[in-house]
Amino acid sequence: MSEKASFRSNGGVRGWYGRQPAWVQWIVIAIALVLAFLLPYAGDIPLIGPQIVTEGIDWPSALFNMSYYVLLALGLNVVVGYAGLLDLGYVGFFAVGAYGTALLTSPDSVLYADTGWKWLMAVPVALALTMVAGLILGWPTLRLRGDYLAIVTLGFAEIIRIFATSTTTLRGDRGFASIPHPPGTWNGEPIFGVTDAVPYFWLGLVVIILVILGVRNLDRSRVGRSWLAIREDEEAAEIMGVRTIKYKLWAFAIGAFIGGLGGVLFAGEQGFINSQTFVLQFSILVLAGVVMGGSGNMAGAILGGALISYIPDRLRGISLGDTDLYEYRFALFGLVIIIIMVLRPQGLIPSRRRAMELKDREKEVAPQ
Amino acid sequence: MRQVLARAIGGVAIIGLIAGAAACNSGSSSDDTASEGNCGYKLAFFGALTGSAANLGVNIEQGFELAIDQYNKAKGSTCIEVAKFDSQGEASVAPGVARSLVADKKILGIVGPPFSGESEAADPIFESAGIPTITPSATRVSLASKGWKVFHRAVANDDAQGPAAAAYIKDNLKAQKVFVADDQSAYGAGLADVVKSTLGSLVVQSDKTEGDGKQADFSALVQKVSSSGATALFYGGYYTNAGIIRKQLTAAGWKGTLVGGDGMKDPGLSKASGVAAAVGTIVTCPCSPPEAAGGTFVNDYKAKWNQDAGTYSDVAFDAANIFLQGIDAGNNTPQKLNDYLKTVNYKGIANTYKFTETGELDPSLIKVWAFKFDNSGDSKADVEIKTS
Amino acid sequence: MDFSGLIDNFGPLTVTGLAQGAIIALFALGYTLVYGVLRLINFAHSEVFLMGTYACLIVWGFFGLDQNSAAPSVGGMLLYLVIGLVVAIIASGVTALAVEVVAYRPLRRRNAPPLAFLITAIGASLFISELTGVLTHRNQRGVPPIIQAKPLFTIGDTTVTNLQLLIIVLALVMMFVLDRFINGSRLGRGIRAVSQNPDSAALMGVNKSRVIALVFLLGGLMAGIAAVMYDLKIGVTRYDAGFLLGIDAFAAAVLGGIGNLRGALLGGLLLGVLQNYAAGLFGSQWLHAASFVLLVVILLFRPTGLLGESLGRARA
Repeated sequence: MSEKASFRSNGGVRGWYGRQPAWVQWIVIAIALVLAFLLPYAGDIPLIGPQIVTEGIDWPSALFNMSYYVLLALGLNVVVGYAGLLDLGYVGFFAVGAYGTALLTSPDSVLYADTGWKWLMAVPVALALTMVAGLILGWPTLRLRGDYLAIVTLGFAEIIRIFATSTTTLRGDRGFASIPHPPGTWNGEPIFGVTDAVPYFWLGLVVIILVILGVRNLDRSRVGRSWLAIREDEEAAEIMGVRTIKYKLWAFAIGAFIGGLGGVLFAGEQGFINSQTFVLQFSILVLAGVVMGGSGNMAGAILGGALISYIPDRLRGISLGDTDLYEYRFALFGLVIIIIMVLRPQGLIPSRRRAMELKDREKEVAPQ
Repeated sequence: MRQVLARAIGGVAIIGLIAGAAACNSGSSSDDTASEGNCGYKLAFFGALTGSAANLGVNIEQGFELAIDQYNKAKGSTCIEVAKFDSQGEASVAPGVARSLVADKKILGIVGPPFSGESEAADPIFESAGIPTITPSATRVSLASKGWKVFHRAVANDDAQGPAAAAYIKDNLKAQKVFVADDQSAYGAGLADVVKSTLGSLVVQSDKTEGDGKQADFSALVQKVSSSGATALFYGGYYTNAGIIRKQLTAAGWKGTLVGGDGMKDPGLSKASGVAAAVGTIVTCPCSPPEAAGGTFVNDYKAKWNQDAGTYSDVAFDAANIFLQGIDAGNNTPQKLNDYLKTVNYKGIANTYKFTETGELDPSLIKVWAFKFDNSGDSKADVEIKTS
Repeated sequence: MDFSGLIDNFGPLTVTGLAQGAIIALFALGYTLVYGVLRLINFAHSEVFLMGTYACLIVWGFFGLDQNSAAPSVGGMLLYLVIGLVVAIIASGVTALAVEVVAYRPLRRRNAPPLAFLITAIGASLFISELTGVLTHRNQRGVPPIIQAKPLFTIGDTTVTNLQLLIIVLALVMMFVLDRFINGSRLGRGIRAVSQNPDSAALMGVNKSRVIALVFLLGGLMAGIAAVMYDLKIGVTRYDAGFLLGIDAFAAAVLGGIGNLRGALLGGLLLGVLQNYAAGLFGSQWLHAASFVLLVVILLFRPTGLLGESLGRARA
């Protein structure tokens, strides 16, 4: 035990990583990236492989689903984890991204005669739309704190869902069909077809990597420090000259942008969207993922986002004796969430900066 | 120290949990060799088995599984296996599940997907894999016009059912004032729109509700129906909402007739509303009464699943039997089975099935019947509706 | 827009809206009580309610009552109503306590951050409702006609039924009793003390754990009553009934000022009525959208709800 304890007190794996020279760190990153790109073939690893891959849902598709969940978790992590703004309706932005793409590209859209764009052309417009949506939500809610913000964001997502269901332009349950896939051909065949989800997963992975780089830079800049200040004490931050309104709006807009990216990818892979996808439970799950992984910490958000998509999919193949337990998988999922949170209340990969702050705070409150 | 210990135990427990779950993975890798006598293949059900639409999906799956069970019993062995794929009824989940379905090379045919939305998302994948599908309930008209060769629909589409329902309201109920509402689903809204345009000026007012599981308090709708003076309410939607609406209408003292499409043809309607309130409710269905076909389907279903057959259970039963007949005749590849479907002329319990070039039921064979809920709590054949 | 739809039905829409609002208000109390003391949203409260809706149906089933039974006599009606209420209250109260013990207490012991509580609550909610879904085959369950709706009296052209009156009166009475309890009794003083300053309250000898358990229990009791009223009014329950009404109740709690008992009542009634008006004016599909638009607008002008926060202090 003592050996393990000393390993822990040195910061565990992350402590070890932090102490390595730059070239070792680069090699570790490179290996991790290669492994991530090889994930669709995890089933071929002897012994362990078949235990990892999903059953009842195609493994590369499950990976793609994980990739957009991870994107959503990364985006929500900016809003909740960095800026400390509790958002219960994050899927609203995912919906705006997906609907933006559908409206510009699908033959079912009222705009089709004027636009009828390719997927790639629609992407920037759809993303701009989601950022605007982020600002529209952010602006009036700036005065709200904590749980009031939570219910307003929840309401915002519900309003988007009801609009999508009930207005003729957004076609409700009928949805938009024939949304084009991302472009590109390989040996005369389109890279992004319908039967193979591996290219979509790779695309998702590339987008995730870009988002990680972008958010990392932001977090280490003036913007990130401002978010931290706002999260810990908004009044104090304001007094110290942090322009809270500006940086809160930034958080909303960037969060919305990343969520929109997820939506754009989703629409491109599915080829069909309707209002059934963007339900409230979806938002709540993504939030659960961020907190479960470790709020305020990108590695945690990635792990959490991947897990909330992976666990229910993985539980499809579960059985006890001869009884198939797939029906119980969401109930089991609920149980897993409770167990993880009870055992690791700070998340699976706790944010270290946050942990240090909390420790500081404990000393202030109750000097030993 | 205690903290460290707790964290270590926590970490181990989580790993154990996930590994434990993983150990249960029932590795069902399929070898591609099939045994003698056209056995050793699988038929798949693709649709919602969990999620908010699961009650509809389970009805269909149970009808499907019953047919295969009976076939296997007659053969004396597990000749054709049942493969279940849970799409949760959601277009967002469907593609991944569909891709895992097509990876199983033993699957010759698919019953499903039950909903139009998930069909849009999953059928392109089935099309490229060439596995024939028969949907027992996806009635959106446009599905047949996408050029999918594997698409077959064992029910009439919305265009066939709507005018019949309208004709019944006009000719049989002789209602002068009709209220039309729907649940905004592709199915319900499609049907209600056709009914509305067919009835024309008889429609005094209309409303829309949220879908199944998204609304339970219909007091505003009930109030509007009561005050509109309508003697008939057409509701485009499923029995889940319809049962609640019927109950709340009765509680508010409205005495008119509730009329709906085949999505409401389910004893679940009277289970929710109570038999007394449900009596007299009319559902139209592009299918023939099962008792007219003879056979023991209704009793067999109840014996096997310990509940009454629901919406589309009979159609799914027929769809599975169409496949089984084809396999029995030696069509043991998806390609052959799909070709066989082009020529099939099968008389089942709900209908006679013959598919057109686009996978629709042969229009000349479509019969629309009206069914009426009676004191048994289930709907019984009332009259065949003539539409011209 | 359908102005005649609203104006013609204004009276009845108001009454049915008040009845629905009364149920929402009772439900919302659970959110408000727990929030007032612990500053956390008890997401699993919707399942506390759900257990109540099923518990009374099951016990009525023991008496041979199902959706097809004839309405009982007046004496039987009262008996069944009381039995149903007692059982639902017990079921909801026990569920609420179980959620607190399993999902919250371990986190409190470990000084978890506030968001962690939200997530275990989501886990608990998912677990209970999904398990109910599997066990009931995701079917609806009809409610026996314990109370046959009969018109009691009319105001203008608006008829008020016995059931509507019962729901509204019961909600008001329970609200009054709860208000007295929190503001008048010794235990209530403990609740207020913890809600104002947990640490000082602990120093003054208030048993914090017991107060927290009490708050969950009280929320559960109110949810149990709301559950029976819901069963009688809606006539059907299903495994996701709690989630559905929970959103309304949560919105109502925030609308009135979360952590404020009277706010919950005001928020619930306002929301119930407004939803009906919106359904009359725009169509039933806009019912929930309207309630959220109202919520956003009100929070813009009063960022802590109509009556403000703070349990028991009720500053207007």
